[in-house]
Amino acid sequence: MIELHNVHKAFGSNKVLRGVTLSIPRGSSLVIIGGSGTGKSVALKCILGLIEPDSGTITVDGKDVHQGDRDEFLARFGMLFQGGALFDSLPVWQNVAFRLLRGSLKRPKAQAREIAIEKLRRVGLKPETADLFPAELSGGMQKRVGLARAIAADPEIIFFDEPTTGLDPIMAGVINDLIREIVTEMGATAMTITHDMSSVRAIADNVAMLHDGVIKWTGPVAGMDNSGDPYLDQFIHGRATGPIEAVR
Amino acid sequence: MSLTAPLAALGRTVLSALALIGRVALYALATVSHLFRPPFYGREFLHALVQIGWLSLPVVGLTALFTGGALALQIYAGGSRFNAESVVPSIVAIGMARELGPVLGGLMVAARVASSIAAEIGTMKVTEQIDALVTLSTHPMKYLTLPRVLAATLAVPVLVAVGDSIGIMGGYLVGITRLEFNAAAYLKNTADFLELWDVVSGLIKGAVFGFIVATMGCFYGMQSGRGAQGVGRATKSAVVAASVLILAANYILTELFFSA
Ligand SMILES: Nc1ncnc2c1ncn2[C@@H]1O[C@H](COP(=O)(O)OP(=O)(O)OP(=O)(O)O)[C@@H](O)[C@H]1O
Ligand SMILES: [Mg+2]
Repeated sequence: MIELHNVHKAFGSNKVLRGVTLSIPRGSSLVIIGGSGTGKSVALKCILGLIEPDSGTITVDGKDVHQGDRDEFLARFGMLFQGGALFDSLPVWQNVAFRLLRGSLKRPKAQAREIAIEKLRRVGLKPETADLFPAELSGGMQKRVGLARAIAADPEIIFFDEPTTGLDPIMAGVINDLIREIVTEMGATAMTITHDMSSVRAIADNVAMLHDGVIKWTGPVAGMDNSGDPYLDQFIHGRATGPIEAVR
Repeated sequence: MSLTAPLAALGRTVLSALALIGRVALYALATVSHLFRPPFYGREFLHALVQIGWLSLPVVGLTALFTGGALALQIYAGGSRFNAESVVPSIVAIGMARELGPVLGGLMVAARVASSIAAEIGTMKVTEQIDALVTLSTHPMKYLTLPRVLAATLAVPVLVAVGDSIGIMGGYLVGITRLEFNAAAYLKNTADFLELWDVVSGLIKGAVFGFIVATMGCFYGMQSGRGAQGVGRATKSAVVAASVLILAANYILTELFFSA
């Protein structure tokens, strides 16, 4: 169970989060939607402790994320960064197996490589990619390597920051299925940011919409179409006019 | 604008400079403290050793060679004014070992290594690779900073030792080809007057300079602002700070080692 309560975060005069309150039950899949630059990525980074909020509390299973043993805490997480964030000094398989090659989850190299290749297969990448360097991959391939790295150590809680942007529709479908599978079969808790409405419907149990620094609407994915919320309606139908000003 | 505005501006600059010094000092202390807490990333350390030590050899060697040669010419010209040409071998050796070997070697390493460390870590920072490291339960200071700082601290003295030898050889070559010194006498003169402490003090300086170079590279890389511009600024700051600190540290160490 992840809970955010009244979380605020500003960068200088740019007030990004202005009181975000949200809870994600264990084993469920939440999708966060919202305009570009509204602070979705910042919210995920706050939960991971990469960014310290100015005020408010964030707890995972009742424990404050900014206190206690950070290593133990982070060992439960996997994160796909929006830009991939692959280590460009390491070949693909060592990126994927990064966690399995050092620290508490360390295992023999051959075994780590095997797991890496299996995870690469699950995101639709051939074993040959394992020995390439990230710079030798296309944007969409890098994204998928990032995804494979996020799930490599079978974490309990996984964050996906725009997992399907830059992918072709078929590959996007594969990734949506994979995320769904990880939640239903492995019982993981997932938080996904996406701009792709078909992904939202494929992945989400619940949906939350971030706008103007607060959660404007949240509810089960089935309630999204007749929410009666003008902001959500405009967003999911992609209308240029409505309560959300697109051009300022 | 009030009369106190220039004073306020001056105060702000001084305060921010002091704050920066404080942050750098804390960063250096934190780096050292990680030396005593596992895990230690041996592979990263070896990689840094090759990058910083081995690959700096050509530039440090060439710098020393030309400096030693020029030094011999200058000392000969200066010495001839009071019939003291015979001091060339010993002064070249002492000058290289005590001052020029470590300082020029340190500055060349600052140009080569502080910049590349700052650019590499700065790029990792702006592409979220540092954040990714953290989420993969790996401490950036242990994984990135400590191996580089340790490698530089150990490698630069070795570079200095090599530079000293090459510099003395440069002086020797100029001495016997251009200045009519006898080869055997030149070497004997060098060996007779050079003391162990001349060399050791230079090596200690080298270790300090190596520490400064890698620490500045890592510090400014980690501080890097967003985007390519941020990385560029971080690289420039790292080289400038490392060079100035090397010269300042050199003065302080020379005072400590050699003033009565
Ligand atoms: N490290 C940072 N320093 C300063 N400002 C930041 C930082 N990170 C994010 N911001 C600002 O916070 C705001 C929200 O950024 P964020 O990356 O969370 O947007 P987002 O909702 O993920 O957008 P997108 O859908 O385009 O990815 C932006 O205005 C951005 O400029
Ligand atoms: Mg984002």
